[in-house]
Amino acid sequence: MNTLVREMRGAFAFIERNINLIKRYWGWELVWLIYSLVNSLAVTYIGAGMERISGQALDTQYIITYLLVGTLIWSYLSVIFYSISEMIAWERWEGTIEYTFMAPVSRLTHLVGTTLFAIVYGVLRTLVILLIVASFFHLDLSGANIPGAVLLLLAGSVSFVGLGIVAAVLPLLYPERGAQMTNAAAAILLLISGVYYPVETLPGWLQVIAAASPATYVIKGMRACLLHGESTRALISTVLFLIGAGIAVIAMGLLIFHRVERYAKRAGRLKRSG
Amino acid sequence: MSTPALEIRQVSKVFAKKGRDRARFARVKREKVVALADVSLSVNRREIFGVLGPNGSGKSTLIRLLSTLLIPDKGTIRVFGHDVEKEEFEVKRLINRVSVDAAFFKKFSPLENLTYAARLYGMPMREAREKMRQIMLRLGLKEETFNQPMEHMSRGMQQKVAVARGFLTSPTLLLLDEPTTGLDPHSKRDVQGFVRQIRAEHDATILLTTHDMEEADRLCDRIAIIDEGKIIALDTPKGLKELVSKRNEHEPTLEDVFIELTGKKMEEKEVE
Repeated sequence: MNTLVREMRGAFAFIERNINLIKRYWGWELVWLIYSLVNSLAVTYIGAGMERISGQALDTQYIITYLLVGTLIWSYLSVIFYSISEMIAWERWEGTIEYTFMAPVSRLTHLVGTTLFAIVYGVLRTLVILLIVASFFHLDLSGANIPGAVLLLLAGSVSFVGLGIVAAVLPLLYPERGAQMTNAAAAILLLISGVYYPVETLPGWLQVIAAASPATYVIKGMRACLLHGESTRALISTVLFLIGAGIAVIAMGLLIFHRVERYAKRAGRLKRSG
Repeated sequence: MSTPALEIRQVSKVFAKKGRDRARFARVKREKVVALADVSLSVNRREIFGVLGPNGSGKSTLIRLLSTLLIPDKGTIRVFGHDVEKEEFEVKRLINRVSVDAAFFKKFSPLENLTYAARLYGMPMREAREKMRQIMLRLGLKEETFNQPMEHMSRGMQQKVAVARGFLTSPTLLLLDEPTTGLDPHSKRDVQGFVRQIRAEHDATILLTTHDMEEADRLCDRIAIIDEGKIIALDTPKGLKELVSKRNEHEPTLEDVFIELTGKKMEEKEVE
């Protein structure tokens, strides 16, 4: 019981720390929010302009919703991915990495705190973007299966937590360039996961890689829910698959993290700035 | 006989460092830097044990090994009987550290930083808040600075918050890695007084690394002199001074001991 209480306090340390970081770096947060918002609008306007671009009559409303779903889901998943992958990068930037790593907190607790924060923060941030973007376009979600979409999104978050843990080892391994490397990893996921186009558009070899990205299934399922009103029952297999894959990716991520942490301790790479 | 607070046996640590004459696309040459070579020592409970040596002598590597931030290449380290590598978690619960660089979230206030630390160590917040206040006041920090961002505080004040953080969790083994470097004389005295008070009031063992000879002389029960990763002498301050007392006309200082044993001055090494 005592151990559980102590670990819960430890997890809350990371939640509270991240809330404080947002409060202190609110300027960055604002800039980042504006960037995401403008990005979402720009992508969605491509849909709005498709009729003019092609010179043909198209279902513009469908294309707008198609792109908007992609951009919002990506915005949410990337918040989860970056929040977790930055759990080490922040400590490096601030110089507190040694202090945090010598504290009696398990890496799992570290992760639980960071994940809980990331999910709540990701949902709130995506809601703000959705509300603002929705005011620019006429969205008809009357036939959408919203509860099914939320279920799918939460199931997909599990995998992104795992991917975030794997990406978090980069700043541990490469003190100077690790944080930038996580951007490259996120960009690859963006390319292959069918965020703005069907995966089938990609060359065959990229489609094979796309099958390994959890985001591919989340985004496809979300579109089925929101654009075609797919029933929750029909989504169950995808949800179970995403949860199973997520648990496997988290287990793999923790194993990789543990090994890399030991390597960092042998090689002396836990120094504050490298 | 009771378990020593700290037992280090034949510990060595070597780091690989990138070579300077590295040609593009060529295989990176790595040179080996011996940080610690076959270091052995034992620290008793409630002892203030000093590790004295110039910059680059291996003091901070030793502290990092004890803090579970490094894994030794060879040898064993036990903290109150727990192996730092195999029983990492148990060791972490017993120790805390104050390092030469006050590492904090610079935009957070002292209270926010200390709250983060208290939560990491699983402390109940009601107890932690009261303790934070008491320690910071004892160290001479004014109440109005408690909620001020750390980045607006002087180096000395930041270091005092670092000391407060180290003591907050009541560690049974406290690792002080040059805690007074860069502090003004008044702040130095505050910190040194607090170290003595903690030892007198609590069941704490303190390992202090420093290159300040006077500080080591004033605070430590025993001192190990370390140079180029090796312990070259270990005794009480009085015992160390006796090593050179017969060869000097004046009352010997620890600096005399260091020069006698290493053939160099502490300042010479610091420039390197």
